[in-house]
Amino acid sequence: MADEALFLLLHNEMVSGVYKSAEQGEVENGRCITKLENMGFRVGQGLIERFTKDTARFKDELDIMKFICKDFWTTVFKKQIDNLRTNHQGIYVLQDNKFRLLTQMSAGKQYLEHASKYLAFTCGLIRGGLSNLGIKSIVTAEVSSMPACKFQGTMQKGVTDTPNKMFRWILCHRNGRLRRLTKPNIILKT
Amino acid sequence: MAVCIAVIAKENYPLYIRSTPTENELKFHYMVHTSLDVVDEKISAMGKALVDQRELYLGLLYPTEDYKVYGYVTNSKVKFVMVVDSSNTALRDNEIRSMFRKLHNSYTDVMCNPFYNPGDRIQSRWALLPVSASSPGGPYFLCPIQSRWALLPVSVSSPGGPYFLCPIQSRWALLLCPIQSRAFDNMVTSMMIQVC
Repeated sequence: MADEALFLLLHNEMVSGVYKSAEQGEVENGRCITKLENMGFRVGQGLIERFTKDTARFKDELDIMKFICKDFWTTVFKKQIDNLRTNHQGIYVLQDNKFRLLTQMSAGKQYLEHASKYLAFTCGLIRGGLSNLGIKSIVTAEVSSMPACKFQGTMQKGVTDTPNKMFRWILCHRNGRLRRLTKPNIILKT
Repeated sequence: MAVCIAVIAKENYPLYIRSTPTENELKFHYMVHTSLDVVDEKISAMGKALVDQRELYLGLLYPTEDYKVYGYVTNSKVKFVMVVDSSNTALRDNEIRSMFRKLHNSYTDVMCNPFYNPGDRIQSRWALLPVSASSPGGPYFLCPIQSRWALLPVSVSSPGGPYFLCPIQSRWALLLCPIQSRAFDNMVTSMMIQVC
């Protein structure tokens, strides 16, 4: 039962530790949030490997997002994501109305300017989890009123993600028209 | 007996590949490489096949006259490929499944190791040799001749010639595996042995 509080306290200390080292010049100013996010990334990769060990294979991206919202969030924060929205074109918004890492801080607008520091690790966590499941993404967070917050994930459809797919159409830059590839194994970046 | 075990990353390069050095290793590397196509086929055919639709264990990928190749894919698209001797007919599907489960557990531990960067090769100092099926006295694991430890050079009359053995119950044999990658190696070796 105490493990929830342990992670919360450790996380708070981590954030203040990174910022203290920034003051002392070990870390460049402005890179603290990146550092926290990268920490979350690596942790997310390992966590997702452990959590998906026993689950069945995922069918598609939506399946993966649902897993993140339900099982992953429950295991890490002991509750599920309250609301998942998507535009079915690669943008997902996860809304948590009572985010565990912010509940101790305030119940409204107080300390709003500091909230982003405490969300960086979780953004990295989601990004790391998605990256290990094969989805490259950018995850950002926004808070309008604590402790509710929204995590927005933008999936990137890059050619490196699905090397097995054959891209049959390329945009020919010369005449600006779509031309069919004759050799389907060649993937060109325009 | 498992003659070759490979862990392939999702970009299809090997993270860890181990085979019996008595045979031509390149042959096994090639077999694992060709089995990747079959793995990809099975993953993409997932939507159409009603059986094994969301299972991680892929089953027998393809048989050759001497060997059988089994596959397993994790949710992070890391593939495990195992090449097994065909002559060992006592090997059942359940045993292969349990071997893959153990491999998956070990791989998860490697992933959570903070000193391991995802995407790097899984390093190990010991090039462990698998034991042939008919060695008397149960499970042993082997250490290479270059090992720092004084090995008991016991030769066993098993097919494939004499090996250097050190019993798994010995104290200094257990001292050989303090860190993560060695644990991974030991797990793989014990898997190769357990199949006997």
